[in-house]
Amino acid sequence: MTSQRKEHYGKINRDKVLGFTWDNKEYFGYEGDSLASALLANDVRIVGRSFKYHRPRGVMSCGVEESGALVTVGSGSRRDPNVRATTQELYSGLNASGQNAFPSVNFDFGGVNNYLSRFFAAGFYYKTFMGLPPFEWGKGTGIWMVFEKIIRKAAGMGKASREPDPDSYEHANDFCDVLVIGSGPAGIAAAQEIANNKLDVILIEQDSLLGGNSLSQKDFDAHLLNDQLKNSGIRVMSRTTAFGIYDNTVVGALERVTDHLSTPHSNLPRQRFWTIRAKHIIVASGALERHIAFNNNDLPGAMTVNASKHYLNRYGVLTGNNIVISTNNDSVYQTAIELHEAGSKVTILDSRENVNHDLPQEIDLHLNTLPFSINGRKKIDGIDVYKTSDLSHKNTIICDQVLMSGGWSPIVNLVSHRGIKPVWNNENQCFIPGEIKENISVVGSAKGIWNEKDCVESGFAGANEAMNTFGIHKKEISFPPVGGWSNAIEPLFEVKSNKFPSKSFVDFQHDVTTEDVRLAHREGFVSVEHLKRYTTLGMANDQGKMGNIIGLSLMAEQLDKTIPEVGTTVFRPPYTPVPIGALTGRNVGKHFRPLRVTPMHQWNIDHGAKMIEVGLYQRPWYYPKKNETLSDSYIREATIVRKTVGICDVTSLGKIAIQGPDATELVNRIYTNPFAKLPIGKARYGIMLRDDGIVMDDGTSWRLGENEYFMTTSTAAAAKVMSWLEELLQTRWTDLKVNVTSVSEQWAGAAIAGPKSRDVLNECVFDPTEITNDNLPFMGVLQTKLKDGTPCRVVRISFSGELAYEMYIESDYAHGMMDMLWESAQKYDGCLYGLEALGALRVEKGHVTGAELDGRVTIDDAGLGKMASTKKSYIGSAMRKRGVLSADDREVLVGFFPINENETFNAGTIVCEKNNIKGQGVGRITSVTHSPELGHWIGIGFVKGGLAKWKDITLVGADPVRNKQMEIKVVSPHMIDPEGKRMYA
Amino acid sequence: MIRIKCPYCGERDHSEFTYGGDASIKYPALDAPESEWTKAIFFRENIRGMQKETWHHTNGCRLWLEVERSTITHEIKSVKACHPQIENITKNKS
Ligand SMILES: [Zn+2]
Repeated sequence: MTSQRKEHYGKINRDKVLGFTWDNKEYFGYEGDSLASALLANDVRIVGRSFKYHRPRGVMSCGVEESGALVTVGSGSRRDPNVRATTQELYSGLNASGQNAFPSVNFDFGGVNNYLSRFFAAGFYYKTFMGLPPFEWGKGTGIWMVFEKIIRKAAGMGKASREPDPDSYEHANDFCDVLVIGSGPAGIAAAQEIANNKLDVILIEQDSLLGGNSLSQKDFDAHLLNDQLKNSGIRVMSRTTAFGIYDNTVVGALERVTDHLSTPHSNLPRQRFWTIRAKHIIVASGALERHIAFNNNDLPGAMTVNASKHYLNRYGVLTGNNIVISTNNDSVYQTAIELHEAGSKVTILDSRENVNHDLPQEIDLHLNTLPFSINGRKKIDGIDVYKTSDLSHKNTIICDQVLMSGGWSPIVNLVSHRGIKPVWNNENQCFIPGEIKENISVVGSAKGIWNEKDCVESGFAGANEAMNTFGIHKKEISFPPVGGWSNAIEPLFEVKSNKFPSKSFVDFQHDVTTEDVRLAHREGFVSVEHLKRYTTLGMANDQGKMGNIIGLSLMAEQLDKTIPEVGTTVFRPPYTPVPIGALTGRNVGKHFRPLRVTPMHQWNIDHGAKMIEVGLYQRPWYYPKKNETLSDSYIREATIVRKTVGICDVTSLGKIAIQGPDATELVNRIYTNPFAKLPIGKARYGIMLRDDGIVMDDGTSWRLGENEYFMTTSTAAAAKVMSWLEELLQTRWTDLKVNVTSVSEQWAGAAIAGPKSRDVLNECVFDPTEITNDNLPFMGVLQTKLKDGTPCRVVRISFSGELAYEMYIESDYAHGMMDMLWESAQKYDGCLYGLEALGALRVEKGHVTGAELDGRVTIDDAGLGKMASTKKSYIGSAMRKRGVLSADDREVLVGFFPINENETFNAGTIVCEKNNIKGQGVGRITSVTHSPELGHWIGIGFVKGGLAKWKDITLVGADPVRNKQMEIKVVSPHMIDPEGKRMYA
Repeated sequence: MIRIKCPYCGERDHSEFTYGGDASIKYPALDAPESEWTKAIFFRENIRGMQKETWHHTNGCRLWLEVERSTITHEIKSVKACHPQIENITKNKS
């Protein structure tokens, strides 16, 4: 092939010269070029090496279906592999290179694979997985483990950058009445007609220019069209691919915002990921020209016919001097004439016996003629052809390019996403969309309509369907019939001779040949879905856009069936690849998930807190003094709490306001323990079960008034409990007059724990004598105010086992409350404590949290059976003792000590009998800590049969993950002050 | 993407909602025997076709909705508030 730029052709801007680099060499192109057209203009023939055999490949199409020119664009962190050169717009300074080749696509050592091809035939990977006969047959993956690295290296395509993506991506949303996908003649006609009827229309076009196949016409002006559409009020989105259609006529689209620019714009995302909610969709996605399978049909210079017309009239590039066109249909004749007029010698091979076309004399038309084999190594020297009727008589035609057209395939991908099976149209040898029951219309060549006039007419018909959705009824226009060629197409998928072995490619990207398809059939893969996976046909970057139908026809031939009987594989989104970055959008780094901070977040940090993530929340973990480690710090903090006083931010607990005349009834039905007689001004610890009797969450509820409660939940279950209460009130107990409101964000809370906590509180409240054991006894609630007059709520409650309180205040006043509490606590040598010390204190007391209440545990398992009322019914009461839940060997909450007090253990340790260390053992340790009070490590967890069964028996804690083992004993989970003297003090 | 017409908020993406469960279940009284609860909790139809299900407008008005949806096509036939009184108030809105 000798391709060259032609004067007076194309829609490129010859005043704007763009320099670019290909494989480290400098070239020039023009504004409006694609990378592929610029390479062709510079007569760069080999632009890639094939996947398995490393065969040289050139540009084979002019669009998204490209299988040859997959290149790497950019460098460093912006290196983007497997970019289709045919859709990459040229920009000044573009730096691209060939891939899957060493040292270059021109001289590639991997080319040796071409001669080893019989080892790389269909199912190569699967066979390697299975082992290597006869040595390893059936032995599994041994040989795979050995060769995986080599194979992966040899068979990769481009390499992605290992650096973080420097670009930003955006998620965007839009709405419209009608969304038109594709700006060819049919899409344009539809969009304009609908916009004329005052509906809101978005037109999506994947290309930078509007026009679709009209861009291959000499006199077509895309910019004029763009202006016309915008003047009709149509919202035009170019460089945007509708990659999928989803339920409720929602379309996913990818907009390439800066991929065509030399320097990424600092204020623009690289791409936008659009979700567009339309009320009606018109699919005008066009059709793709198929190639034909025959020997060496992949040599650089082999291309689809229509592509060469695009290169000529859009880019001003004549792709060959001496061109052979091989076809079975009428679509190529206009192209042949234009290529001839542009100066090429043109020969047409038509497989049909009779066709009627007016052609210039200089064009040789060979009827009844089939392409058999392309001659040449890295470029085309000629083609061997046969007469259809006489496969023995060979003839060779000298040429530098072979263009192929084996028919056209409507792009049915998008409607397939909706589960609509394509229907085979034998007359036109293609699949067309099946019947659609949603508000989706297909128009133009996507429906199998070939000529432009009919396409426009179908656009109007589609517009009418869309307007019907909105109750606008126009004069009935019917869709033109499918097809439109004056001479019928004849099937032509493969040309083969049994005398010569051939390498006839079906799927160029994955190097799947016609022989691979037949081999798959011989090996028993007869369903198309299996064929696809075994040969990997249609599983590459292009998802079988060019090769699928040929593969199906070959399978049909092997099975002696028709193509519709064989059926087609299901197309799934995306139509063209969508970068992960675009899917992720802004949800990266810090924005990967929402960040929740408490109102005293800054206060905590200012006072030296090291923070830890708990769910979405940032909570204080520990407050190290200088040089303190985590464990130094939490041991000190826990010790001080037991000795004097400590203050801890507990805002992340869920808080729910329960109000209404039936508030008591609701609370009494959802907790296992009685709440019906809870006096005003008192709080109670409560357990909630699920319907199935398993513990859902624990928390407290405070009775603030006759009809008002303040509920706290665990941090983790806050949202779940809120939804649960709403579900009960809205779906099951609709007669209850109760309102629940989440007030988690409205109240900030701090725990004040330790023997001096009452003194600290009294220094902070308005009346310094207010808080006494009498007027605020254990589980008492007080609504009062701070000494500066700010209203607050105080509850006497203890998670640490010490005399302790929680104080809540409106969130905006959190800093003031903390200042006051901390100023006072310092006088008693108190401390601030974090989650680690909080955990240590509660483990010492055997209090359960989410680590224990993990969705498998009953109230009895958790040792809280006494809290399950037998006098009332509540959620879960009917189920909590069902079958297995009351078995004797259930795991029950206990405490654990190491036998050797110097030993430590971790949460997750499996508890086993001494001589039976295996499997799941007899229990598990769920939470551990160093106990400052006891002076050694302690844990809580579960063991079958509980303390009664294992008292004084030495067990083994097995921790195979950390390769650790230690002797342990089972103790009561209440390891400190089991009578609770301190908290009642 | 499934779009649900919330009777209070209007048509919204399913990402604003949380799926609840089978809306046709009548939960037994709290003091009903274990066998009745077992039936309500564990024995479910696996419907192919239109099914009544609950959805919670979690990131919206927080209403629990009863949605009739086809498990084959995702077509939504009807949406109403589960709570009868709220349904009465909202049903004329949409
Ligand atoms: Zn809503």
